[in-house]
Formats: sequence, C-alpha cells, structure tokens
Amino acid sequence: MVKEVLQKPDSFYDEFVRKPGTNPYSTHYCPGCGHGVVHKIIAEAMDDLGIREKTVFVSPVGCAVFGYYYFKCGNIQVPHGRAPAAATGIKRALPHSIVLSYQGDGDLAAIGGNNILQAANRGENITVIFVNNAIYGMTGAQMAPTTLIGQKTTTTPLGRSAENEGYPLRVSELLATLEAPVYIERVAITDAKHVMKARKAIRRAIQNQVEGRGFSFVEILAACPTGWKMLPVDANKWINDVLMDYFRLGMLKDKNGAAKPAEAVKKESLSTPTPETIIGILGEKQGPQDAYSQPVTDANFHNPRLKISGFGGQGILLLGQLLAQSAMLSNYCSTWLPSYGPEMRGGTANCHVIISDKHIGSPMVAETDVLIAMNLPSLDKFEHDVRKDGVIFVNSSLIERKVARNDVEVVAVPATEIADELDEPKVANVVMLGAYIGYTGLLSAESVLAAASRVVKRKEFMDINKKALTRGMHYAQKHKPQIVEVTA
Amino acid sequence: MARVFVKGNEAVIKGAILAGCRAFYGYPITPASEIAEAAALLFPKVGGTFLQAESEIAAINMVYGAAATGERVMTASSSPGISLKQEGISYAAGSELPMVVIDVMRGGPGLGNIAPEQSDYHQIVKGGGHGNYKVLVLAPNCAQEMCDLTALAFELADKYRNPVIILTDGFVGQMMEPVELPEPITELPAKPWAVAATAETSGNLISSIYLEPNELELHNKNLQEKFSNITKEEVRYEEIMTRDADLIVVGYGIVSRILQTAVEEARAEGKRVGLLRPISLWPFPSTPLQDLAQTAKAFLVVELSNGQMVEDVKLSLNGRRPTHFYGRMGGVVPTTKELREVIDGLLEKTEAFS
Ligand SMILES: Cc1ncc(C[n+]2csc(CCOP(=O)(O)OP(=O)(O)O)c2C)c(N)n1
Ligand code: SF4
Repeated sequence: MVKEVLQKPDSFYDEFVRKPGTNPYSTHYCPGCGHGVVHKIIAEAMDDLGIREKTVFVSPVGCAVFGYYYFKCGNIQVPHGRAPAAATGIKRALPHSIVLSYQGDGDLAAIGGNNILQAANRGENITVIFVNNAIYGMTGAQMAPTTLIGQKTTTTPLGRSAENEGYPLRVSELLATLEAPVYIERVAITDAKHVMKARKAIRRAIQNQVEGRGFSFVEILAACPTGWKMLPVDANKWINDVLMDYFRLGMLKDKNGAAKPAEAVKKESLSTPTPETIIGILGEKQGPQDAYSQPVTDANFHNPRLKISGFGGQGILLLGQLLAQSAMLSNYCSTWLPSYGPEMRGGTANCHVIISDKHIGSPMVAETDVLIAMNLPSLDKFEHDVRKDGVIFVNSSLIERKVARNDVEVVAVPATEIADELDEPKVANVVMLGAYIGYTGLLSAESVLAAASRVVKRKEFMDINKKALTRGMHYAQKHKPQIVEVTA
Repeated sequence: MARVFVKGNEAVIKGAILAGCRAFYGYPITPASEIAEAAALLFPKVGGTFLQAESEIAAINMVYGAAATGERVMTASSSPGISLKQEGISYAAGSELPMVVIDVMRGGPGLGNIAPEQSDYHQIVKGGGHGNYKVLVLAPNCAQEMCDLTALAFELADKYRNPVIILTDGFVGQMMEPVELPEPITELPAKPWAVAATAETSGNLISSIYLEPNELELHNKNLQEKFSNITKEEVRYEEIMTRDADLIVVGYGIVSRILQTAVEEARAEGKRVGLLRPISLWPFPSTPLQDLAQTAKAFLVVELSNGQMVEDVKLSLNGRRPTHFYGRMGGVVPTTKELREVIDGLLEKTEAFS
C-alpha cells in the first residue's frame, strides 16, 4: 500500500514543469488536501484503462484549476463553473475522446449549477468528478452551496444559517432524479477502505464513458484542512463524523447500459459530405438557373418600391417573398424587408419589397410606388405614403371604403372572394400577386410560379397557387386590358 | 454556383457551412433566431453538430470547448445574449482560440426591444469582456456579405487564433436578398496546437492562465503584436464616390445602405457627397479616413446609436476636419429623406466654410 502511494502513475507528468516554483515533484496542494488523492486515483484509472492519450482533462476554476500541471494528457482550462458546457463542446467534437470534467463544489453547485444540471439531463457521455469540500478553497474559505449549517467560513463568520443562506445542497441526490444519467455515486477518501471504494467508483465512471454509456458522476467528500482551519487528521475525522452525516455515501443512481449517449446520435449522421452534396443541401430546391424574361412595361411601373400590408395570417410576408424572388429569377435586383417580431402576432404584418435594374441601397420603402393593401387598417396606415401617380391595389373583398387619394391609380381586386371561389381562402395573397403582375406586366407568370415552387412543397398547393395567380391576372387585365398576353 | 433568395440570418449559416464550420451552439433570441434555426436544419445534414444550449453562457463555453479541439465552430445571438457571452470571448482571446460569433444587434439598454440598433459597437469593438484583447469585427450590410464575411471570419479566426465577430443588425439579419453561394472549402488549416485526443496532441494545453506577472505581461505583449499585425493586414472598407467629395458620410451595416441611396440622390443633384463604409470595424479604416481628410471638407457619421463609432472617426481624423454626428436610437431607422436633409444642411454650412 505504502509503496503504491509513493509510485507516480504514468498518467502524471514525471516532473511538474508547468508548475511555477522550484520543486517540480511536489504538488501545489496543501498538506492533507483531498484534491491530491483524487488526482492520483484518476491518473491510476487512466493508466489501467489505457486511455491517457485520448483523455481530455477539463479544469474550471478552483484549487484544481492547475490540473494541467499534473495530468499527462490533453488539458483545457475553462471559465468558472462552465466545465460541463465546455466538455459538451469537446465531446461532441471528439466522440472518441475521454472527457473528464473536474469540478469543486463552488464551481459545480453555485456558479455552474445550471450547466451541470443540463449536461446531466442531456446525458452527455462524459465523466464528472465532483470534489465536495464544503467550502471555497481557492479564494480563501468562503461559503459554498455545500457548507453545513453552523459551519464557519469567512463569509459566514457566525456559521451558515438556514434562514439567510438556505440549506446545503445535495447535488448528487438532485441529479439522481434526472432520467438521463447512468451512474451517480458519493464516496469519501478518509481512510484506505473509503479510498478503495472511491477508486472503484471513479474507474467505473470512466469505464462507462469508454463504453459509450452516458453521463457518469462521482461526488467525493474531500478535506480542505486549510479552509476548515483544521489539522489533516481532524479534517478527516470531521468528514467521517459530521459531513458524511449530511452527505450520505453510496450509490444514488446505477442504470447499467441502458442509455444511448447523445454523442452516438451524432456519430450516426457523421459521414463527410462531398462538396456537391453540400451545394445540393444549401441550394435548396434548385430548379435550372434559367433567367425568366423581363416583359416590357409602362415606365410608371418600372423599378417599383412596394409596401405590402394586411393581417398576420393573410400570407403577406409570403406574397412579398414570392414577388422579390421572382424578380431575382428575372435577373432584377430585389430586396424584401419584413416587419418582424411581436408586431406580427395577431396584429398587422407588412413588408417592403424593392425591385430594380440597379443595385439597391436602402431596402426600406418610405415613399411608395405601389401599395398592396389586403385589409382596411393597411389602407388607412399607408395610403398617404404612396407617391403621385403611384398605384394602390385594394383587396375590395375586405375594404369597403373608397381610396381617398385622387392622384393615384387604384386597382380594386376582390382577392378574398376569388380565393373563396377556388375553395382556398389562403390563396388571396396569390390572387393579389397575380393582379399585380397582370396589371403592371412587370414579371412573367412563369417566374412567379418558379419562385413558388421553391417555397411550396406540396404539388396540390402548386396547382391551386397557379389557378389563383391566373385568376388574379385575368381580373386585373379586364381592369386594364391593354396589358400583356396571359400565358400561365 | 447556386443563387438563392434568403434572409441575411440564413445566409450566415450557408456561409459557415461552406467555410467548413460543423458545429453550432446557441440560444434563441430575436432577431437572431433564424441563424440557430437554419443551423438546426442544416448542420445535421452535413454531418455537423447543432445544440441548443441552456444559456448564452453555456453556448459560448461549448464553443470554447469545441474550438479547443480544433473544430470550426460558431454561435450567434443578439445584444442581451452577447453581453452574457463576453466572459467566454475574453477567455477565448486569452487562450487564443478561433471562433466566430454573430451579433444581430437590437435595441437596448436592458431588454430594450427587437428593432435594429447599433449600440453594441462599444461592447464589441472596444472589448466588452475583461483584459487587453481585441476581436476582429466585420460588419456586413447585405445578405451576400452575411454569407461571404461569415466564411471570411472563419479564415481570419484560424489565421490569427482569435475570435471574430460579425456585427450586424436586425434589418440586415431579417431582410431577404439574392445570394450567390461561394464554393465550399475543401481543405482546412492544420491546427497542431489543438487538443484533439490523440497521442501527438496529448501534451497540448489550452489555457489563459499565466500566474507569474512577467509571463502574463509577455503573453499580453505577444497578443498586442498579433493585434498590431491585424491592424496592418485586415482593414476592409468600401468607398463610394468619395474622390471629389466635399462631405464624406460614414456608416456601417444597414445605415450604409440608406446612406448610399442618399448619396446617389444628392449626386444626381450635382452635390459632392461620398460614402465611406467600414467593413472591418476592428481594425478600423483609419488610414482611408485620413487620406480623405486631405480632400474632403467635413465628415458626417450616421449610426443607430448615441454615437459610438463616431469616436473612432474622430480619433482617426484627430481634429483635422469637422466631424458631425447624426444618430437614431431605440430601433428608429432614419429614412433616406431624413438623411438627405441632414446632408443638405451640412453641405450648405460646408460651402459657407470654404
Ligand atoms: C467568474 C468568477 N467568479 C469568481 C471567481 C473566483 N473564484 C475562484 S475559485 C472560486 C471558488 C472555488 O471553490 P470550489 O469550486 O469549491 O473549489 P475549491 O477551491 O474548494 O477546490 C471562486 C469563487 C472566478 N475565478 N471567476
Ligand atoms: S485551500 Fe483547501 S482545497 Fe485548496 S489546496 Fe488547500 S486544502 Fe486543498
């Protein structure tokens, strides 16, 4: 036993050269500190399991922040409390690695409380070593979430009181209520018998990860003689007599082999896609990149700045998108700018669309060439932004009043009624879009349908959209018959 | 390659995937959520990881962990979420980890609103986290640049082992425009410094700790040298009709688009106005501004803020030319007409000056 204690595991550096100071053989821990013992148990487990080279040791902030002085493996030092989050990023990036997250009670249970809870709940396939010494060692013996009632620390000089600070947190019990973790045990290292158990527990928690079983957690009650202002022997006695009474040792969760680690989910889809596949995925539903014609139009309808407005749910934003996208497919520059956020909920929705044969600066439409008003509040709100000789498309099914302006063109389209006739009230927006292109002749029906086919997934919907578009075009052309031939 | 019609926010993810990024960790917030949503849809399809973290703090630390392994990784948020990420960004700068962070700015302070503002300039360009560090900051003004500059951001992040932030606003994130997708990157740079859970990298350490003051000073000096190289190499900007301009307007992001229209209109009336648009906010295009100070009579900075970038313009010009400021806040975006009035007003004054 004695010989064993003196021997350095291979997973420790022979000389601790990263440690400042003159003695590269001793650790930076105080005499009797629990961290040193726990480190050794971990290093021996790494040796025995033959995992040193693929181990990544994650040390957040606490007395063990310098874990990288000792562990001869990949080391990543991370912010206070964030080890489980960083470990998640590491393990997801390196599914073959063995990630050890080593945290103190302040780190894990206070500042990083949510991070450990969520990583455990996700069932990350990592191993968490939780050193509970009931105090903040590194910063000079302040209260930890695990400090006992009555225990004196520098921030509870009269002892922790339940009234002011609440009760000590039993993290292992808390985590054991979660579905995902596969293994949770609390151990101590106060004597050889306890060390044996701790050794078994830590080994098991790492082995679980090696086997891809999922989240494993070992809490170790450890001494901080310096913080507790005790001699090492008294510190161990206090753990045995007092600390263990509140933090009961034993297995809290053991779910052998049942869980499927999150990282395995990733592995399943992990094939390196070819550039062609990536382009296919990102290009969405790419039709042939043919450019649609730019029909000749009246100069008044050229390079329009549009405002499209109506109720949320009328497909206002989609109308604008189809218009702007078909403009792109017709080799125009185009922009689409929505009103976004809570404003859209329940209330009005509007978007600004600019179509131009030149580069577009501001995507915002103030002075408006074309207003498409799908309901009355939209007409009320935007009628006066329309420039002289501009055009207002009015959904006459829902807007009973006349347009007050007499210096603009007004195109009244009973879009909702036409859509109802098609048995699909939702396509009133497409009827109106048809009316717009039918009236102005700015874009071809083909370009709009090509744009729609990129957005609309189901064929039945494409058919109804085509009908709606054609009906809208016909209606507008009756209104202004000298415009283009209908081809759709 | 393919031409798509997408939101700026979605263009970010396309650019990222084409640049070889295969991991996204984020937390939803308007007006940046479409970035996470696009990542959730697309990353698994290309064999990558998407995870909705429990908070922005968790997300940036997941990014930190993944970046330490050498993977190209990113996160995205909007102003309040970026405030939470600052600790992680400082750590990443200290540990010299490459990562890309997108900030789609919204109105503040506090919860503010979700409309576009540019009031994160100080927290992003001047620091935000603790310590003597800088992050490269790129400011796209259209969907195409949301894609292209995101791809560039990964390249710069790896080149300098430093976080790169894309600073944009609600309008650029939400608006849809045509985007020509670039070719996918097939070869990523080697990262021998990373902790890759291999025999060769098992001696590697990622850390921002330097206990000895002398060592930490040396580390800081090395960082400053890196930052000074970046200042020399990575300045990006666009000039529009500046050469004979009496008045130079300066704006980035969505503001530059409105200014461009205002400048074009003013030019059509024979007025000598030009636009300088910083594309990199750090490093800031100081030299181009100084050059313009030789010909221009005055400068006007327009921002959706209380006047943050204007400080850098003034520092660059160092009192050589009058520098005016016009700002809107709270999510109010000025119209072209409004900016025309400001510009015309200044031009009258500037003429009186000459
Ligand atoms: C954000 C932040 N807040 C506070 C600190 C200061 N700090 C360093 S370690 C620590 C507590 C450590 O206690 P614990 O996790 O129990 O580890 P121990 O030192 O007892 O092993 C604190 C508060 C910090 N480094 N970072
Ligand atoms: S202060 Fe406590 S936890 Fe820290 S090294 Fe000393 S004994 Fe160990």
